[in-house]
Amino acid sequence: MKVLEMKDVGKVFYTKTQETQAVSHLSFDVNDGEFVSIIGPSGCGKTTVLSLVCKLLAPTSGQVVLNGNSRVGYMLQRDHLFEWRTIEKNVQLGLEIMHKLTPENKEYANGLLKKYGLWEFRKHYPSELSGGMRQRTALIRTLATNPDLLLLDEPFSALDFQTRLTVCDDVYDIIKKEKKTALLVTHDISEAISLSDRIIVLSARPATVVAVHEPHLSDIPSPLKRRESSDFAKQFELLHGYLHGDKS
Amino acid sequence: MKNNFTREHLLFLRRQRVRKTLIHVTQVGVLLLLLGVWELAALLGWIDSFITSSPSRIWKTLVELIADGTLWKHLWVSTWETLAGFAIGTGLGYAVAVVLWWNDFLKEVFEPYIVVLNSLPKIALGPIIIIWAGTGKASIVTMAVLISVVITTITILNGFLETDKDKELLLRSMGANRLQIFVKLVAPANVPTLLATLKINVGMAWIGSIMGEYLASKEGLGYLIVYGKQVFRLDLVMTCTVVLCALAGLMYALVSLLEKAVVKKY
Repeated sequence: MKVLEMKDVGKVFYTKTQETQAVSHLSFDVNDGEFVSIIGPSGCGKTTVLSLVCKLLAPTSGQVVLNGNSRVGYMLQRDHLFEWRTIEKNVQLGLEIMHKLTPENKEYANGLLKKYGLWEFRKHYPSELSGGMRQRTALIRTLATNPDLLLLDEPFSALDFQTRLTVCDDVYDIIKKEKKTALLVTHDISEAISLSDRIIVLSARPATVVAVHEPHLSDIPSPLKRRESSDFAKQFELLHGYLHGDKS
Repeated sequence: MKNNFTREHLLFLRRQRVRKTLIHVTQVGVLLLLLGVWELAALLGWIDSFITSSPSRIWKTLVELIADGTLWKHLWVSTWETLAGFAIGTGLGYAVAVVLWWNDFLKEVFEPYIVVLNSLPKIALGPIIIIWAGTGKASIVTMAVLISVVITTITILNGFLETDKDKELLLRSMGANRLQIFVKLVAPANVPTLLATLKINVGMAWIGSIMGEYLASKEGLGYLIVYGKQVFRLDLVMTCTVVLCALAGLMYALVSLLEKAVVKKY
């Protein structure tokens, strides 16, 4: 089942002096339960694509179709936890905004906190948590509203390399356990290969699909271990070629 | 004191304490030295204490003013005016900031007006205020409000506008409307800004109320100072000034306490 369909989407931004075609003729689908990554040269409008998907921006042309009542959860680069709220209250933020803070939903959010080792920190403030735990809290905040599609906007890029690898594993694990569909935007090719079922390579602005690549590494459960796979380097080079080959 | 500190740690803590005590002792010392020199100079006739007054004369005046109840009456009037100006100025300034944050169009329309109002020396409006609001407390409170309101709006609005745009994006991705963004994010994120503004406004409100009393009043510390000047009783002028210092300091200290209690979380 398709959760998301991008149909020939275009987006133009206007400023006083120019108009910028950020996205042009962009088409791709995301299927239920899939982990899809979008990579592209920096400044190619990856974040614009996510904003289009969660309807914060309207496309100039084409259509963004979310299947049925699919709801979207957005996870940003930094954790953006609210320092004045406890972990528990941070996790409930989305539910509050959507006026869905029912006992059942609270129970669900608490269940996620328990399941992923944050329950004993529920009364703590974000400043008392490590970077990895903060990011996990941010993910649980996104999951608490029970979205059908998770949008991840370089969620690991604010972390140092060591933390990043473990948090990446951690987040992947949680997403798989909760059986969520995810669309990740990243500039990190290794990250994309190790996490995804499918990688969509975008061109420089205006962004459009250059290639679609399937890493076929899903038989290895941990993204960290996938990095040790024999054809990881080859895949890396292939994708690197897609990203930089066009310029020559 | 816990016992599980290392010896070096205890030494470090001790040094910190000693330093802090030394600072406090020096602060009091400076004050005592100033008062001492002043008193001595007056006593030895280096300065004319009729013009400069002296600590002992200030003390005597203070005791007299307290004894006959004059001080409390005027002190209460000034404090009341200042608190009213402070509360109304801060509240109104905050409300205007909320409106301008809410509506970009209004913000751009009123930007130049705010800039002009901010640069305008509010004292210049004194005569107009007196004619419009009379010579009573109303015009003095108005003065205190005018002096604090514009700076409040500017400071608070800047704080609002500098609120993390990504956090706003996060809320909008959850489907938040403008009110929710304000209540859940912008207002709490700017509690420290508000408290900083309160601190500024303590000073502003005192300037406003005392200036107002200079212009037209029948009571209050500012009135007492002007009266003292007219009848050339410098003791009275100095005493009132000292009382003002103490009051303003006390109010600032209270706001600081509030800040300490609240800001920790933000």
